[in-house]
Amino acid sequence: MSTVTVVLLTLAVGTYALKAAGPLLLGGDRSLPCWVDRLALMLPAPLLAALVITSTVANGKDLVLDARVFGIVAAAVVLRFRGPFVVAVVVAAAATAIARAIGA
Amino acid sequence: MKDTRWPAERREIHRQALSIALAVSPFGVAFGVVCAEAGLSVWQALGFSTLVFSGSAQFAAVSVLADGGAAVAAVTAGLLLNLRSLAFGVAMAGSLRGPVWWRALAAQLMIDESTAVGTVQATDALKRYGYLVGGLGVFVLWNLTTVLGVSVLSSSEELITDLGIDATIPAAFLALLWPRLHDREQCLVAAAGALVAVLLVPVSPAGVPIIAAAAAVILAKPWRAPEGP
Repeated sequence: MSTVTVVLLTLAVGTYALKAAGPLLLGGDRSLPCWVDRLALMLPAPLLAALVITSTVANGKDLVLDARVFGIVAAAVVLRFRGPFVVAVVVAAAATAIARAIGA
Repeated sequence: MKDTRWPAERREIHRQALSIALAVSPFGVAFGVVCAEAGLSVWQALGFSTLVFSGSAQFAAVSVLADGGAAVAAVTAGLLLNLRSLAFGVAMAGSLRGPVWWRALAAQLMIDESTAVGTVQATDALKRYGYLVGGLGVFVLWNLTTVLGVSVLSSSEELITDLGIDATIPAAFLALLWPRLHDREQCLVAAAGALVAVLLVPVSPAGVPIIAAAAAVILAKPWRAPEGP
């Protein structure tokens, strides 16, 4: 099996276990310990921020500032003014493409 | 003509489910594009959207793979992001009563959007209906748009850089992160996570910086009870 398939199947099984634990194991009126709730609430922020930064400036093990930086700044501006997801993504692509075309 | 086949509450649920499914569709296209960039086949991309069916975890796993990260790192990043579906499951468990096979099937739809539509309804029956309709709507459009994204773009590598499509990945993550940044504490852990990741990129294998960033949650002291109003 390729690495992709292994990741796909393992992640699918693990994710399903997390999804199904509540409906399959709980009678209904119980709740999670408070710290699990807080952890689940707080974890996505640092993970997503790490993904934003690494997919912008990491190139393998090198840190590089290239045209993608213009794209992500443009996306941030769109989101700052409450622009929808699709606009932020399209603007990010356009800004990156323009920066590349003019050789930034 | 006014649609009277459904009671008002259910029509409202249909409206909520449709708008939320349309709202996630661009993410589906973006996920397909990420898959194409990472060299996944259409079937592999569709496999993620059907079997994993959990937006941000799919993005995370595939982008770690695209960076050449190890399988363990890709899976761990995805599962850490998905820890919240455990909380969703607990929130919805009371409304999802029924035979085991039925609960096992319904659980696959346990995502942010189905929980959002489900939990805001007034009764258990409507909660269950909202969860199912919200989840199915997203499931259908998410998979269709994934295929669209991966098949339109998988053929042309130059197109990806010429059109700046590689920048759609960080932009998509930023859009997922953005609503959380209104909270000061979330902002703090996000900034710390980003810092940890950047510092680790030059010295660790791909994927590790992402997982290490999760440690930034200790700044929010998750063992402490939330402060009441």
